[in-house]
Amino acid sequence: MFAIDNLLEGLTPSAVLIVLLKVVIVFVVGLVATMFMVWFERKIISGMQNRIGPNKAGPFGILQTLADGIKLFFKEDLLPDRADRFVFRLAPFLAFVPAFLVWSIIPLGGDFSNGKNGSVTMFGHRTFVQLADPPVGVLLLLAISSIGVYGIMLAGWSSGSKYPLLGSVRASAQMVSYEAALGLSLAAVMLVAGTLSTNGIVTSQSSLGRWHVIATGVVPFIIFMIAATAELNRPPFDLVEAEQELVGGFNTEYSSLRFALFYLAEFMNTVTMSGVIVTMFFGGPQPVKFNLGAVHFSGDLHLGFMNGTVWFVAKLLVFLYIYVWFRATLPRLRYDQLMNLGWKLLIPASLGWFMLLAAQRVATDNDWNKWTVNIITIAVLLLCGLLLLAATRVSAKNREREGAMF
Amino acid sequence: MQLFVFVCAAAMILVGAIGVIVRSHPVHAALSLILTLFGVAVLFVAQDAHFLAAVQVVVYAGAIVVLFLFVIMLLGVDKAEALRIDPVKVQRPLAVIVGLGLFGLVAAAIVRSRDSLVVRGRGIDIASGEAGHDSNIRQLANDLFSNHVFAFEVTSVLLVIAVVGTVLLARRPRSGSASDTSAGGK
Repeated sequence: MFAIDNLLEGLTPSAVLIVLLKVVIVFVVGLVATMFMVWFERKIISGMQNRIGPNKAGPFGILQTLADGIKLFFKEDLLPDRADRFVFRLAPFLAFVPAFLVWSIIPLGGDFSNGKNGSVTMFGHRTFVQLADPPVGVLLLLAISSIGVYGIMLAGWSSGSKYPLLGSVRASAQMVSYEAALGLSLAAVMLVAGTLSTNGIVTSQSSLGRWHVIATGVVPFIIFMIAATAELNRPPFDLVEAEQELVGGFNTEYSSLRFALFYLAEFMNTVTMSGVIVTMFFGGPQPVKFNLGAVHFSGDLHLGFMNGTVWFVAKLLVFLYIYVWFRATLPRLRYDQLMNLGWKLLIPASLGWFMLLAAQRVATDNDWNKWTVNIITIAVLLLCGLLLLAATRVSAKNREREGAMF
Repeated sequence: MQLFVFVCAAAMILVGAIGVIVRSHPVHAALSLILTLFGVAVLFVAQDAHFLAAVQVVVYAGAIVVLFLFVIMLLGVDKAEALRIDPVKVQRPLAVIVGLGLFGLVAAAIVRSRDSLVVRGRGIDIASGEAGHDSNIRQLANDLFSNHVFAFEVTSVLLVIAVVGTVLLARRPRSGSASDTSAGGK
């Protein structure tokens, strides 16, 4: 199942070569995509704010990120006096490596027509256009994103400075609480797809109506989108680096290459999370095909093996744009609003929706009347929702009487 | 290959475990604990228990140790502890006895069940005769929700009780001095 197991079982050199090639390609594509994302965000935001934005380095300023990277290389690498030396040096890598690891499980292309399950033939070997397809697929994503917390947390703590510490404590509380909503909304996708592997999830979304955004009924997608934005610490959830309150956030004391690593990790995470959204809810590299009477479109762009990749990139760009859009329009939430949204709305809503989907699944398996099951489930969920609402009201009233701040 | 993976993972676990004990700085000790947990996850993968490996990382490394660090940072105990002072006198001899006893029990269990371990050592999927991409989860779910469903439900009740207890403990001092704080114009 893992490539490493096969190495000793008489694999041909070409298969090993394919794996190595894939590693290099995925790494380079990830880096280039990140650099592109930095430029893309600056350019779009400047457009939205009626500015010109980067326009000096290269056409449309597209080499601006490269120039910034080179500048950071030559800056002095500072190590604060009160810093914990080992952890201070370790933290940027703990942020950077997980960002790249997620990229390896996302299907970046492939041929999903005629039941080929996204495999392509490369040098006489059937292979997938993704670095790894581990059996735990989506869970690996959750595991890696939970490791990403350490980078931010330890960076703030090891700086030996107050504001970074505050920033990192905020960050870890935020990321740990939104991880639950993230996982529960993904569970809805797994329930519908019936598998954990990312390749299997893409394969199961064979037509527009079976895209999981529709098959799971939009709600898990919205929850996932919000939770992912919070997990990425991007606006409107960027309390971690709220300049007005925290100087610069967890990375205040970092400079030079170490800062560049944090910066790269942040944008890399945005790109990979958009990739995850596309894979989980929008069919990944599956082409958009529809058949509306006279209008028929098979989604084949006549690009051969690149067809899937082109579709994937097109869908990815939509979500990258949406993230930039969020940043340009939405104001930052207050800390208690953030926690209320996560714990009192997103987690109960995703749990309730998961129950609804599970009930439907059981109903279809047992041939029960679908409508009766639906009505009963919705009634139960409404009752639970009302109870929850009553509970939060009562506790809010109690706290008000006790004179608490929030 | 299996031996190589095992040796690497075991080295990780041991270095981490020794680090947890030897490091006097609580944050460093917590980081060593993460190393140990990752080593265990690697061993799970080597045994084809992919799901357990992922859950190990998500729950233990991703949530529990984060909470440890969180508490350490919030309470500000991020300085080395003085090991000379022993707050509870019996603590250390007791720890030695319990540690040795635990080691003896584990060793006895391994020695007694050596034969079945050899079969299981080839991986969970092979041992149960089922293979495939999602076989791990299917087996685990079947076992958890049919054979052990009572224990599972009781555990969830236990967790709910723990949550309710925590809320109660956290709120108690407030209600006693409620009138004082509101009068103080907070």
